[in-house]
Amino acid sequence: MTEPIIYELSVPGRQGVTLPAPGVPLAELPDAALLRDDLPLPQVSEVDVVRHYVRLSQLNYGVDSGMYPLGSCTMKYNPKMNEDAARLTGFSQVHPYQPEETVQGSLELMFRLQEALQGISGFGAVSLQPAAGAHGELTGVLMIRAYHHARGDTGRNIVLIPDSAHGTNPATTSMSGLEMVQLKSDERGNVDLDDLRAHLSDRLAGMMLTNPNTLGLFDEHLLEIGALVHGAGGLMYGDGANLNALMGIAKPAALGFDVMHINLHKTFSTPHGGGGPGSGPVGANETLAAFLPGPVVAHDAEHEIYHLTMPAQSIGRVKAFYGHFGVMVRAYAYIRSLGAAGLLQASEIAVLNANYLQSLLKDVLPLTHDRTCMHEFVLRGQVEGAPDVHALDIAKRLIDYGVHPPTNYFPLIVPEALMIEPTETESKRSLDHFAAALTEIVAEARRDPELLHSAPHTAPVRRLDEVRAARQLKLRWRPESQD
Amino acid sequence: MSYVPHTANDVQEMLARIGAGSVQELFEAVPQSVRFPALDLPGPLSELETMQELTALAERNVDLAHTPSFLGAGAYHHWAPSVLNHILLRSEFYTAYTPYQPEISQGTLQAIFEYQSMICDLTGMDVSNASHYDGATALAEAVIMALSATRNRNRVVMAASVHPEYRATVRTYTQGMDLAIVGDGVGDDGSPDLPLSELAALVDDRTACLIVQSPDFFGRIGDLRGLADTVHAHKALLIVVVDPISLGLLQPPGALGADIVLGEGQPLGNTLSFGGPWVGFFATRQELVRRMAGRLVGETVDVDGQRGFVLTLSTREQHIRREKATSNICTNQGLNALAAAVYLASLGKSGLRQVAEICYHRAHYAASAINALPGYSVNATTPFFKEFVVHCPRPAAEINAALWREQGIIGGYDLGQAYLGRERDLLLCVTELNDRGQIDRLVAALQEVAS
Repeated sequence: MTEPIIYELSVPGRQGVTLPAPGVPLAELPDAALLRDDLPLPQVSEVDVVRHYVRLSQLNYGVDSGMYPLGSCTMKYNPKMNEDAARLTGFSQVHPYQPEETVQGSLELMFRLQEALQGISGFGAVSLQPAAGAHGELTGVLMIRAYHHARGDTGRNIVLIPDSAHGTNPATTSMSGLEMVQLKSDERGNVDLDDLRAHLSDRLAGMMLTNPNTLGLFDEHLLEIGALVHGAGGLMYGDGANLNALMGIAKPAALGFDVMHINLHKTFSTPHGGGGPGSGPVGANETLAAFLPGPVVAHDAEHEIYHLTMPAQSIGRVKAFYGHFGVMVRAYAYIRSLGAAGLLQASEIAVLNANYLQSLLKDVLPLTHDRTCMHEFVLRGQVEGAPDVHALDIAKRLIDYGVHPPTNYFPLIVPEALMIEPTETESKRSLDHFAAALTEIVAEARRDPELLHSAPHTAPVRRLDEVRAARQLKLRWRPESQD
Repeated sequence: MSYVPHTANDVQEMLARIGAGSVQELFEAVPQSVRFPALDLPGPLSELETMQELTALAERNVDLAHTPSFLGAGAYHHWAPSVLNHILLRSEFYTAYTPYQPEISQGTLQAIFEYQSMICDLTGMDVSNASHYDGATALAEAVIMALSATRNRNRVVMAASVHPEYRATVRTYTQGMDLAIVGDGVGDDGSPDLPLSELAALVDDRTACLIVQSPDFFGRIGDLRGLADTVHAHKALLIVVVDPISLGLLQPPGALGADIVLGEGQPLGNTLSFGGPWVGFFATRQELVRRMAGRLVGETVDVDGQRGFVLTLSTREQHIRREKATSNICTNQGLNALAAAVYLASLGKSGLRQVAEICYHRAHYAASAINALPGYSVNATTPFFKEFVVHCPRPAAEINAALWREQGIIGGYDLGQAYLGRERDLLLCVTELNDRGQIDRLVAALQEVAS
């Protein structure tokens, strides 16, 4: 089942929209040398457009289609109310440079969201500007760098990163002009404290740490790690990808982090949009608050007005304007409707769901660490008696059972990793279905491994040739004559 | 509200299976001293109450559906067909994640492939990525790419007429890279920005790239002919920031030798939404594709030989290359890129040209009427597209305040905010949403508030 490319539906002379006449005397166009000759965009009708994109949507799988246990991505349900809220004309049809007195509603919402995120994280200040998690990381590491430089301590250029970290952490460090040193994990999945101690020096800028980590484990020495890094003059960056395990459970600021990003698109239910837009606000404690990017929103209680302001020693702006406001509206609606009790319940049930699923599956596939997990856990996709079956085969076969596969081949320290994060919005029945599917697939692997190797069987396309895609690069459509 | 489906009975059964006495017991790895803090948040609300509160907040804003506005400056109020929002609300699109499993993500992948194709056609370039966070971060990524492509260079030449917030973003991104960024200093006396020829003369053998914008921040259409030759003579890259709507009418920078063409895709069907989320489009030449950051979708076939699409060239990216990656970016602006694609498909070849022409003609009508007002002048010696600078008889900030408070019109962008000495210069924008009646009202209002 495939759908033609939109260009293949094009018919010369067809137009999908009607526009008004200019309605003013026509001006002379610029010199012909400044004008384009041709614009080879598709020429299709409105019906063509609607049917094309509806058919494309039907080739997709979203959270609304079924369970989506993609580890480290927190694919929870996206409340529909939030979509309506973000589309209110008073939010969607507002220009970022309007006079402050005409955007008090937007600024108040941003201020309240800053306060709510401060309350949840324990940080004293939040900037909503960063556009995504990785963007928040860049922000935080630049802040740490700026802090050391502001003190004249310019020799600190090492950032410690555990081997279980997301690839964004080392990439961020390089972008910030710093060097990363990788730390080992110990047998229980924690940061190896001896390895950490061995890397403390006066060149230490800080450490980037995801907690719970990408194995779904809460580091058992977290407070000690923070104390060691701080003792060496470094600062702690928290990768907030896994905050969904911690709302009302512990405030990251109290766990020793100085600065952290928060993924509104994970923890606070805003949709992932097929890969964005996200939103990655950054929270900071007193040490780093002045370095936050801006502008941020402040409240002038005396004049009862909200206004934009730049933190005193800001690293500068990390993008144009103030951040992904449309995403902020959705996250605010979520936080406001759940309240403290609802957020705590979300984290509690996210962890309950993960532990329940872990208990159902730990005898089905090897579990990396037999401990109480937080919101996710990692299995190894290795089936005894079926040596040719890989995590990828298991993942693809899950598609035939109507669920989205877990994250696979990450974290890198686990061979054949299957990283499973059910989230709190999946029911017990949904978890039972997933466990039953995986159990059956393991039986199939022993009985008929080809069934897995050739999976998926029910998807719109079968396995795709990724090597060919990279070797015979075709990144755009062209008419056949030019192909 | 709660989106948790569990009954008390479910919770008990699940705890029994786990072998835990309570949910709280699952958190024993969390240090007791900081476990279960109180959260200082207002109480929960029902859906009905939440929407009432949000509606009240939204109504505290003045919105452009009800108020005439002539603000542009990098954020543009354009029309989009109804089709667009209906497609964006297909939840198979908006509730999906990055297409890691291509077999069940062909909708997202093909839509991005089509987006990449349309961005190439629009800009006249060979390849486009799946998008960046916005125009400003796309420019920062372009600078990093130019540094990587040219090697061991530490100088960047950037026009003062590039959006001030884009220039600031470049400086933020590159603060750890020990660069010299030159060309955009505006003298304290408010001395004008450099003409393109003088700017190009700043490019030397240590320069990684020249960055220009056209139409520039002041609305002027740059004559980029010959610029690429000057830049390439020093083996540097030419980066051009563009307004995608203008490309319905204007020569694409790709035809003029640009190496990277990028910009803010918001005007292509994305709502203003107080500044985001939008989408930074980014296109380059074929030879540079492996140096480009960001997600890329490529065409391939499945095991049955059927056409399909996958994320490709991921060996450039952070999850494989880690500290050696081209960037730390790991998503694109998927849904916003989809909006841009649906917009471009809906308007198509002739529709985009018509939108560009309506903007052009109406902006020129407005400029000439305002230029005729006593005390106001518009310098139209350089061709412009949909924005132009009005020199005002009073500070632009005062004109804007009076326009809003006395005339109910949201005026323009006060250039004095970003350019010293230009406090009397007002940047106005006219699009297809500003009809003649609105323009005539603005002209009359400007006359009223002149003194």
